Amino acid sequence: MSDNPFSLWVYLSQSPLLWLTVTLVTYAATDAVSLKTRRHPLANPVLHSLWIIGAFLLLTNTSYTTYFAGAQFVHFLLGPATVALAVPLYENRRRVAAAVLPMLVALTVGSLTAIVSVVLLARAFGLPREIILSLAPKSVTAGVAMGISESLHADPSLTAVSVILTGIMGAIIVTPLMNFTGITDFRGRGFAAGIAAHGIGTARAFQVDEVAGVFAGIAMSLNALVTSLLVPLAVTYLLR
Amino acid sequence: MIASLSLILLCQLVGEVAVRALAVPVPGPVVGLVLLLLLLLARDRYPALARGPLGNDGVESASRGMLANLSLLFIPAGVGVVQKLDLLAEHGIAILVILAVSVIVTLLATVATFVAASSLFSREDEAP
Repeated sequence: MSDNPFSLWVYLSQSPLLWLTVTLVTYAATDAVSLKTRRHPLANPVLHSLWIIGAFLLLTNTSYTTYFAGAQFVHFLLGPATVALAVPLYENRRRVAAAVLPMLVALTVGSLTAIVSVVLLARAFGLPREIILSLAPKSVTAGVAMGISESLHADPSLTAVSVILTGIMGAIIVTPLMNFTGITDFRGRGFAAGIAAHGIGTARAFQVDEVAGVFAGIAMSLNALVTSLLVPLAVTYLLR
Repeated sequence: MIASLSLILLCQLVGEVAVRALAVPVPGPVVGLVLLLLLLLARDRYPALARGPLGNDGVESASRGMLANLSLLFIPAGVGVVQKLDLLAEHGIAILVILAVSVIVTLLATVATFVAASSLFSREDEAP
């Protein structure tokens, strides 16, 4: 043990160990709260982990670069997790094949709506071009969205923030909104959640209905493919 | 476990190399997803492939484990919001409104299309 507690802090605050631990512990705690509240949409673990860790960094005057040196080990797994989406797609291949036509039509319409609506709204609000480009891929899972953002020379960290905000808002609104429309086809409800709100929407769909969850997962994987092709095209046409 | 993770990383690696070599604007992990899907489908056709990570639920259970904690993986990138506080102070309300409207419009457009298309196609199936 060091004589000076401050030098211990200086050592720890610069090591990846502390920030990796902070990330995992905060998530474990917020996820436990989410389970306790029976996955209430407002108890979303991502939402609460973000402000808790963010406040901790601001209070301890730690830079994001220092934090990320530890948290990057978690961040890295976004790529492999995207590859892993092949498994639910494969396991539900019969269901996918049976509903392939409505899914493809809904995928095209939904993916286009997600991109075009955000770009047009952002233009109407007069946001700078770099922000519009960073918001455009907000409906796909973070790893893919950040990849798209990077390839457009936009701001991947702003993209990540907008992806997560989109996911959280989608997960909160989807059930009341769908109940309001009176649509009871859980394949369609789940599919919409996966297109509009990626992994966070999919996690929500699984809590509501098993079939909805499966279709949300399929929608999220297909949307990752389609959006990465559509966003570069859409921004070229819409932001000329 | 290690073999399954290796297979997933290998698919991603091949994907990253492919998109860079061909200079296509698709993220490498998405190509990796397609590769893994093709491998799993190929295994059904050629049982000889069902070994190592492709046998005995190997890559499937590793993938399920990763996807079960998908939310955790968004946190490091999301914490990047601390660097964007000035930008959010300036444009935060606009960004929130834009994202909220967009997500609602997208949900409604997608579910309406899905329901309309599935009743259209099933009616065609039933027609003599």
